[in-house]
Amino acid sequence: MLKITDLVHSYGPHRVLGGVSLSVAEGELVSVVGPSGCGKSTLLRSVAGLIRPSGGRITLGGQPVERTPDDLAIVFQDYSRSLFPWMSAANNVALPLRRKGLDRKQRREAAMAALDQVGLADAGNKYPWEMSGGMQQRVSIARALAYRPSLLLMDEPFGSVDAQTREDLEDLVLNVCAHHGMTILLITHDIDESVYVGDRVVVLTKSPTVVAADLVIDLGRIRDQIATRQLDAFVRLRAEVGRLVRGGGTGHTTESTSVLEKK
Amino acid sequence: MNYARVLRGAAGVAGFLAVAELVGLSGLVDDRFLPRMSVVLGAAAGLVADPDFLADAGATLTVWALGLLLTVALAVPAGLLLGTLPRAEAAVRPLIEFLRPIPSVAVIPLAILLFSDNLHLKLAVIVYAASWPVLINTIYGLKDVDPLAKETLRSFGFGPIPVLARVALPSAAPFIATGIRVASGIAVILAISAELMAGGSEGVGVYITEAASGSRIDLMLAATLWAGLFGLVADVVMVAVERRLFRWHHVRTGGAR
Repeated sequence: MLKITDLVHSYGPHRVLGGVSLSVAEGELVSVVGPSGCGKSTLLRSVAGLIRPSGGRITLGGQPVERTPDDLAIVFQDYSRSLFPWMSAANNVALPLRRKGLDRKQRREAAMAALDQVGLADAGNKYPWEMSGGMQQRVSIARALAYRPSLLLMDEPFGSVDAQTREDLEDLVLNVCAHHGMTILLITHDIDESVYVGDRVVVLTKSPTVVAADLVIDLGRIRDQIATRQLDAFVRLRAEVGRLVRGGGTGHTTESTSVLEKK
Repeated sequence: MNYARVLRGAAGVAGFLAVAELVGLSGLVDDRFLPRMSVVLGAAAGLVADPDFLADAGATLTVWALGLLLTVALAVPAGLLLGTLPRAEAAVRPLIEFLRPIPSVAVIPLAILLFSDNLHLKLAVIVYAASWPVLINTIYGLKDVDPLAKETLRSFGFGPIPVLARVALPSAAPFIATGIRVASGIAVILAISAELMAGGSEGVGVYITEAASGSRIDLMLAATLWAGLFGLVADVVMVAVERRLFRWHHVRTGGAR
């Protein structure tokens, strides 16, 4: 589905990405976690075709990414900047659907259906600034869902909401994505979250960033905020990811993968 | 708007009028040069029924509206262009910064030489003077557009023109509207200044000149009063429209009252 090979990017003399390689299979939710300033967002923007990386290859569905791919959506951390304040929630969700060649009525229906899925069936006529942060991020998620992207990118999507809302949104994304069989690349700095939502966790090193480890999260598809976090396997994985993030993960790129797969 | 605020404002105006009237009554100033306030107000009320003045007011109003319309039609697209092409803006910027501080009234004599048609002359000076705030605000409004908002739409595959139309323009709109409101005030000033300096057959400025030459200072001041009142009403209406249209902007910037 998504294949990133040896991705390199520099801002001036400062090399942010030092050769990142990772792949995401169809229907997979891959969390990318790493220390702050490690170029997670640069990675995401490269995949989205928003910046042109200095080197390396990205293919999406076999096609090289040269500009913004057609069926891709992003949920940004900062919903208050990413939603358009002059439009109602429903119009925010409906706007990108213009690219899909739907007429006004179809766009409206698709928007209302997506809002319903994120639990905002009655909020279509509200404006973003009339909503709480959690509701706004739900609208952003609905906008991405309505677009039915083959790849959904999420950049710290739960980073600006309170803890309770964060858990609700994590479960919302897990449910909705299982329902649609969506492929997701989710970027986070939260180790606990990366393990909780991910089918796989890709740990990045400090910049110049490479992949420190690629761990399979074998916790089953059904996750529960309390029960899952109590599992021994969860606790172990979280500790493993934590060590890798903290240690910067120099050197044991493939080792940790094999170690974990053996367990 | 707040009720007490309106009340205080009204008290201030009433106080000024009362003091002006008292000064007139006291005989401190010769009322051949400065008529009493009550006389001026009476004359102003009389002008409402004066067909000559109404024709002049209509002419000035038309020039103002046409001038403002032309200004918007020229300055907004120019601002959009310069706001999206930073290199072009860098090239034009020094010229703008040089021309803008020149008192606009100073270009009227040049316009008198250039334009034989009185309407063209007035429109030209209005457009020249009123374009600056619209142009500058459009450029700044576009610069202020949140890059993340643009990236959001780009990530959904929208090209540069749709991003300009659907994100940049709406988010710059409140700034552009403020520019137009400032331009409206400037257009009133320039319309009447041009009428005063260039003469012509009609307009509030022409009426004022004629009243002055007939030593009818009461009518002169009464006409001036109406011009000021018109500028004020235009401003208040535009502020109300802005608040209604761009509620999202005022809520965000905390400017809502």
